[in-house]
Amino acid sequence: MSKFRDALLAGEFVITGEVAPPLGTDLAGLKRSVEILGPHCHALNITDNQGATLHLSSLAASRVVLDMGVEPIFQQTCRDRNRLALQSDLLAAWTLGLRNVLVVTGDDPRAGDHPQAKGVFDLDSTQLMSIVRGMNAGHDMMGRELSGATDLYIGGAMFPEAEPWDIQLTRALRKAEAGAEFFQTQAVFDIDKLARATEEMHAAGAKVIAGILLLKGPRVIDFINNKLAGLMVPAHIERRIKDAADPAAEAIKLAREQVAACREVCDGVHIMPLGLDSAVPHILGVDA
Amino acid sequence: MIITRPREWSRIMANLDELGAKRVFIMGCGQCATVADTGGEKEILQAKAKLEQEGREVTGWAVGEVACHLGGTKLEARKHHGDLAAADAVLVLTCGAGVQTVADSTDKPVFPGLESVFLGNVIRHGVFEERCQMCGDCVLDATAGICPVTTCPKGLLNGPCGGMWNGKCEVLTDRDCTHVRIQRRLTEQGRNVLAVLPPKDFAKKLKPGSVNLRQDKKRAAAAVRSDDAASTGGGAGE
Ligand code: SF4
Ligand code: SF4
Repeated sequence: MSKFRDALLAGEFVITGEVAPPLGTDLAGLKRSVEILGPHCHALNITDNQGATLHLSSLAASRVVLDMGVEPIFQQTCRDRNRLALQSDLLAAWTLGLRNVLVVTGDDPRAGDHPQAKGVFDLDSTQLMSIVRGMNAGHDMMGRELSGATDLYIGGAMFPEAEPWDIQLTRALRKAEAGAEFFQTQAVFDIDKLARATEEMHAAGAKVIAGILLLKGPRVIDFINNKLAGLMVPAHIERRIKDAADPAAEAIKLAREQVAACREVCDGVHIMPLGLDSAVPHILGVDA
Repeated sequence: MIITRPREWSRIMANLDELGAKRVFIMGCGQCATVADTGGEKEILQAKAKLEQEGREVTGWAVGEVACHLGGTKLEARKHHGDLAAADAVLVLTCGAGVQTVADSTDKPVFPGLESVFLGNVIRHGVFEERCQMCGDCVLDATAGICPVTTCPKGLLNGPCGGMWNGKCEVLTDRDCTHVRIQRRLTEQGRNVLAVLPPKDFAKKLKPGSVNLRQDKKRAAAAVRSDDAASTGGGAGE
């Protein structure tokens, strides 16, 4: 039922994008993003209190996206809910018509807008993946039979450029073992490292969708290098964007090259346009 | 040992003011709070001087041997009966367990003078680090003797999380990621790094914890007696 899964399994090069639910109840901005990105994507990730900052739930926003005729990838972090709530939301996701779930650990609350919050982390992402797999097989994590199972397509996050690589690889292999069938990667800057990661994941039976982050200006690069955990923009790319006469245009050009390169090595790309949604067709090379 | 830190002085004074307490008895602890430099003789005398500066009378003070030991603390309270009786309130420079023990040993209002922060390893004198949260379901067997519950800020059993960079922790960026350390040590020891730890059993750590060795012994003895009875009764159950 997941068209996204069908496309990946059929060997199509898939495109995913990402939209953030609003802080509030006004869905206009969300819908605008879906209208721009949706037509170019097989599915859209709907983030879950990303960066440990408060937003409308991914569950509700995913359904909004589905109703607009675009397939969502429901995101679930382990930071905000215990095992009862997580399983309950997974059942809810299925009954709401959601077919894909990306399971992530989640940033620490100290990084977000509610730094006094208790980070739940009752489960970690690997554990939750194996629980989703169990629910797909018809039982909850206690082994009790579900009256009506799920059949969610399970995804995880992966970090092909984070060192030490052997540790990253072990982590990804454990996730694949626990039930991850596709991986969406952190922003990719080094195609060789992506190729290396993809080879390993293919051997483990999982698909790899490479993250393409639009480095639309010097401020974004500085933010990533100074503030964002788990990602660094390599010096040569930083120079290329920062020294360009028009950094945004250069970033779009770079992203377009990256997408073209990814077509040769992995199963799809995940576009993070950072607000420059209108550049997405060009980045994908489908604007001609 | 239990690590304590001084409590904000203004909160202590507010407690005493609210009660209108003019005369105060101070109680410390000869164990953890003494080692942590928060509730030994030296800190008690400092608190005494501060209280006197604020116009309070200190009727007396004591450093119990182990403040959280009910019998010992009751004995200490009896020893200082007169000074305690003269006080309007008791300021306790011990961990929260000690404060409660003192509160059970006197009928005077009792106030905490410290914040209890963690069960700490003494790395060297004056340097304490939290390595165990006493979860009741220890995973150190699978994690090469490094506790992820405590030393990973997210308490993840399987890691690292996506924020790890160059082996460093996302949250405490000056520290090595616990999960990198665990995997390194497992590898060095030739052990399996691919095993996934199952979800934690939080039922093993239900509040409040309680252990009663006396009762356990009695039950075990009773069980042996009934076994004996059963076997002399013709081997029931065989
Ligand atoms: S797993 Fe960690 S917190 Fe739990 S008992 Fe062992 S050392 Fe302590
Ligand atoms: S980087 Fe490592 S130690 Fe820090 S929160 Fe993530 S998994 Fe835990």
